[in-house]
Amino acid sequence: MAIPVTYNLRNLVVRKTTTLMTALGIALTVAVLLAMMALLAGLRATLSASGDPLQIVVMRKGSESELVSNFTRTQFQDLKFKVGIARARNGDPMASLEVVTVINLPSLDAPDGNNVTLRGLSPIGVEMRPGLKISAGRWFETGKRQVVVGKSIAQRYPGAALGKRLTFGRGDWDVVGVMDAGQTAQNSEIFADLNQVSSDLQREDVLSSALVRATDTVTAAALVKSINDDQRLNMNAVSEKEYYALQTVSARPIEFLGVFVSIIMAIGSSFAAMNTMYAAVARRAREIGTLRVLGFSRGSILFSFFLESVLLAGLGGVLGCLLAFFALNGKATGIGSTTFSELAFAFRVTPQIMLAGILFATILGAVGGLFPARMAARKEILVALREV
Amino acid sequence: MFRYLPLIVKNCWRNRRRTTLTIVSIGVSMCLLGVLIAVYHALYLSDATPDQAMRVVTRNRISLTVPIPLFYRDRIRQVPGVKEIMSSQWFNGVYKDARDPKNFFARFGVDPPDKLFTIYGELKIPEDQKQAFIRDRTGTVIGRDLANKFNFHLGDRITLIGDIYPGTLELTVRGIFDSPRQSEMLYFNWAYVREGLSESRKGEVGTFDILCDDAGVVPRVANAIDDGFRNSPVETRTETEQAFLRSFVGMLGNVKLFLISICAAVMFTILLVSGNTMAMSVRERVREVGVLKTLGFTGGNILFIILGEACAISIAGGAIGFLLSTFLTGGVKKSPAGMFLPPIQRFDPSVASACILVALGIGLISSFIPAWNASRTTIVEALRSTD
Repeated sequence: MAIPVTYNLRNLVVRKTTTLMTALGIALTVAVLLAMMALLAGLRATLSASGDPLQIVVMRKGSESELVSNFTRTQFQDLKFKVGIARARNGDPMASLEVVTVINLPSLDAPDGNNVTLRGLSPIGVEMRPGLKISAGRWFETGKRQVVVGKSIAQRYPGAALGKRLTFGRGDWDVVGVMDAGQTAQNSEIFADLNQVSSDLQREDVLSSALVRATDTVTAAALVKSINDDQRLNMNAVSEKEYYALQTVSARPIEFLGVFVSIIMAIGSSFAAMNTMYAAVARRAREIGTLRVLGFSRGSILFSFFLESVLLAGLGGVLGCLLAFFALNGKATGIGSTTFSELAFAFRVTPQIMLAGILFATILGAVGGLFPARMAARKEILVALREV
Repeated sequence: MFRYLPLIVKNCWRNRRRTTLTIVSIGVSMCLLGVLIAVYHALYLSDATPDQAMRVVTRNRISLTVPIPLFYRDRIRQVPGVKEIMSSQWFNGVYKDARDPKNFFARFGVDPPDKLFTIYGELKIPEDQKQAFIRDRTGTVIGRDLANKFNFHLGDRITLIGDIYPGTLELTVRGIFDSPRQSEMLYFNWAYVREGLSESRKGEVGTFDILCDDAGVVPRVANAIDDGFRNSPVETRTETEQAFLRSFVGMLGNVKLFLISICAAVMFTILLVSGNTMAMSVRERVREVGVLKTLGFTGGNILFIILGEACAISIAGGAIGFLLSTFLTGGVKKSPAGMFLPPIQRFDPSVASACILVALGIGLISSFIPAWNASRTTIVEALRSTD
């Protein structure tokens, strides 16, 4: 017969200071783990929202990122007329030659400056990204030193707000608009006119990459294959979705650190939980004896104390989730990406993550509670009753 | 005061299991704290090494990825205080298969190659290997860590397929150098790549690594270089090597805030663990406190004994934690991040004292409330306690 759960709950309430302190310790451990997971979830959400399944990023063979890629105008002319590329309303192929570089801007977090992606593109490139909406100001004009900045850039870099001027290349560039790219990575980019950027950076002929749009999903896969197999082009094509998905590797160092920190903290917390449970067992020796006299088996004593430890840790887990949720959810942050520039996104404390946090806490409690529970179960009735 | 020491030690040891668990728990957390403090210290508080303090790096003001003209080299060499200058270019490229991150290591093209070991005086290489590298245009020198990782030997071939730059490099290992830092690095003669470049790209490089006459002139040299190119089409930014490397760490995100918030969380956890133990331990002993008081111990004595016990436990935990952390710090140094971190010392007195101080502080704060309450309990109340 099992000992009622209310027995455990009431015991936890009676020792509320100890319960709360142990639970808070576990809560902090869980919160650290959740912070790391929320960071990754935010990054993944941004990257998976970025990219259109119909669109293909074309880079030089061997390049894995637009930043290190090279693309000449002649190559672009060869690419543009490949079979399977969709046509714009005016009949032009939907292919955009782009130049990608990074510029250094001082931000709120980093006064010394962070790298930000600058993308030079032609009107067709803007047209191919229908998800982009101008939220303030207007688009840049071709042939002028004007830029449109992503929403996150406008927020995080005071020098890049609407109406400000940025200095790079051969002169000052006016910030004429702010674009809202929904949840996507383009919020962390600056857009400007292709020819103006390339001439300012002395890259008139050698640009970075191309974006092409296929007519439908089946053609998209075929187009990727045909570009990759084309010996004359010598290009590396990946679907835009896949290109962004690959960038999750930029979170590896943080993922590694987060796991490392959580594990060490978990060891510390499970010892603390063990301590609390040992104290509980020691103080309730007579109670344990009484329970045995009443006919509860060793097994149910073991289970009861084990359950109490799990409940205690579970409480910690819930507190940790609340802490992480209220402190972090939706908070904007940025990390360095494989494109050598900052990618901004928001922490996302999702229900799945919170569930994982609570699970982590209960495992921690289970580890901490096992030995004290075994000790409680092994007590001899007479000895237990005699203890003070 | 110290005559109470034996009593404190005895009290610590009365519940061995609890004390051991607490010390282990604090020790594990302090170990983490030790690593974080060591990294923080190395990143933001340590001075540059004597070699580093004499070097500055010049790059394009727009960003590191935008090149600067090669002819700047001759103009910078004229700046008073500049001793040696070498251009350095990140080659990137693909070794075997770029999708496997294991194949990633730093590849730099330098020019002129004979300046490499003059500017980076801390890189140690046998003289004959150095000469062989300088003579062979397709030669390369690699760090000891890289050589060990791929089992490269002198005379081996390393093939790099260009991505930022065209062409395939067939390099021959001419030397293996030792570095105080993580050294998964490869240096080769940039002239080898330059041959195959278009006219416009021949005249471009990534950065200039500059050795100054001495550490004192560094700020002046840095300003003089940047002032010299102000308002020219390509402006420069010159910073100390330490600041340059730190900016790479900054690219990961807001590392400073990250470190501080984890440290705070860890410290608070230890505080809770230690506070909890002391509260439990004092609660069990209320009657004993009454007995001590009957024997003539004052409230102050009781306070001291309990605070002392907490400090002894947390300092023991702190010391164990710090010793454990020295092993982990060694691991951080060997990790890929070690390339950008300033050399982290395994045993740094200031990190050690920071750990012990934190432990002491935690001991005091965590036990203050139970100790204060115990010291104020009246004899009758204490003796009557049934807890």
